[in-house]
Amino acid sequence: MTQPDLRVTIGGLVFKNPVLTASGTFGYAKEFAPYVNLHHLGGVVVKGISLEPRRGNPPPRIVETAGGMLNAIGLENVGLDCFIAEKMDYLRGIGTRVIVNILGDSLEEYQTLAQRLSEVEGISGLEINISCPNVKKGGVAFGTDPAMAEAVTRAVCAHTTLPVIVKLSPNVTDITRIARAVEAGGAQAVSLINTLLGMAIDAKSRRPKLANIVGGLSGPAIKPIALRMVWQVAQAVKIPVIGIGGISTTEDALEFLLAGATAIEVGTANFVNPRASQEIVEGLGRYVTDNGLAGISEVIGGLILD
Amino acid sequence: MDQFEEQAEIVRQEQLTPEIFRLTLKAPEIAANARPGQFVMVQTTPCSDPLLRRPLSIHQTIGNEQVQLLYKVVGKGTRLLAAMLPGQSLNLTGPLGHGFDLAGKPAICLVGGGMGIAPLYFLAREILRTTRPPKCVVLLGARNAAELGPLPRDFMDVGATETHLATDDGSLGHHGFVAELLPQHLDPGLPWTVCTCGPHPMLKAVVSQCRKQGWECQVSLETMMACGISACLGCAIPRADLSGSYLHVCKDGPVFKAEEVAWL
Repeated sequence: MTQPDLRVTIGGLVFKNPVLTASGTFGYAKEFAPYVNLHHLGGVVVKGISLEPRRGNPPPRIVETAGGMLNAIGLENVGLDCFIAEKMDYLRGIGTRVIVNILGDSLEEYQTLAQRLSEVEGISGLEINISCPNVKKGGVAFGTDPAMAEAVTRAVCAHTTLPVIVKLSPNVTDITRIARAVEAGGAQAVSLINTLLGMAIDAKSRRPKLANIVGGLSGPAIKPIALRMVWQVAQAVKIPVIGIGGISTTEDALEFLLAGATAIEVGTANFVNPRASQEIVEGLGRYVTDNGLAGISEVIGGLILD
Repeated sequence: MDQFEEQAEIVRQEQLTPEIFRLTLKAPEIAANARPGQFVMVQTTPCSDPLLRRPLSIHQTIGNEQVQLLYKVVGKGTRLLAAMLPGQSLNLTGPLGHGFDLAGKPAICLVGGGMGIAPLYFLAREILRTTRPPKCVVLLGARNAAELGPLPRDFMDVGATETHLATDDGSLGHHGFVAELLPQHLDPGLPWTVCTCGPHPMLKAVVSQCRKQGWECQVSLETMMACGISACLGCAIPRADLSGSYLHVCKDGPVFKAEEVAWL
């Protein structure tokens, strides 16, 4: 029996299948080696990296909510130098594509990250987290202003030869405007959605459940919103869309592909079921075989509107 | 460190008190690799509510195949666990984190409060069976006698003959907090290693006494966590000097040297 063809192409890169793992939910991949055959995955998006190490927010950092969780980790990460020196060796050997998520507080930081990472062997692409505040522009998040989103995309693209994926925040009035702006800025793909801003209060103590007061909502609870946004963005831009948001099962992944996503990222589900990403790869393979499709690409954008 | 994901069949579900349960599961890979102080992440339902696994310390392994968990019903997840019956199965990942390190310690004291007693039983059994320290004192505390249930007996049965009890309401043993038992039962002339697990105020009291006496103290900590495998970074706690990066309970712990962490 021949293997089902699950290949997809994004920014000129061929991925063996459309299943990636979302930044911040899969560590630096090694954490999941006891549970997942990493080389079976389409790719791994590693924890967001900043120029300097970041300590992150004080605890409590997470709280469970109905069908989801809020997090305010605060972008804790080891920083660029440590990432290159200590994490890349392992990542070069995992047998799948490595996408590095980057974040900064200024255009210059994004540029430096892009430039430095382009010189590192074993990285297939960059995913830009534009949900961070621009400290030089009064703290407005890059991701909520089309002009700033375009500018940061342009800055990164000018300093790297790697394909650039821009990860979009859903905390905006019209996500298609931001998507079009980063497309104009030179992004080869967009990934969406990042977490939705939320809050939880302990009624007994009358205090917020997160030390940061507010945090990002993820998990199955956000899937319908993510799916709607992916569908809208897929129609608004010509570049590939990577769907993220509450994807836990093969069926979830298929919904995003039908809505127009070329690939998907599995996030919070990795916490719940560390084997989720691999199970989705296997499930998509069965779907292609069982439906007699030439490949998974036949599913992409296949939503039927009567 | 070897970690496994196992669909574990329930062998026994025992209700020890109205709220406390003891669950025995068949999880051969986890059982064969678990050390005292390590924990498992338990999926309480395959549905999404509650979404996250629950971290539970390993109460003991039985033979080479079974893992036993001791838990108290405190919310939705543990309520679902309590309703599970023999023959049904739960998904476990583990064994996770670092356990206690007691190699070559001549005088050991285990101090457990409430559900914090859970990992200490595994520890008592292991040290009394293998390293056999010349001195081993066990101090157990709970709100009342009912909450201690059969646990004091279990410790005695594995050879912890010097087991002393404290209850908040005085219904069994010392009337007061378990930390108050340390000066009563520990000879200050011996180089004690104290291992403790329980509610935060109790841990603080135990740590403070150890510091005064110059005793080594290992604490097992509990926090919110989503993954248990250092991917979510949700289980951060501050270091003793409050500077630098946070420690993560799932990976750097759950057992820490008391002087590593901040006692706020």
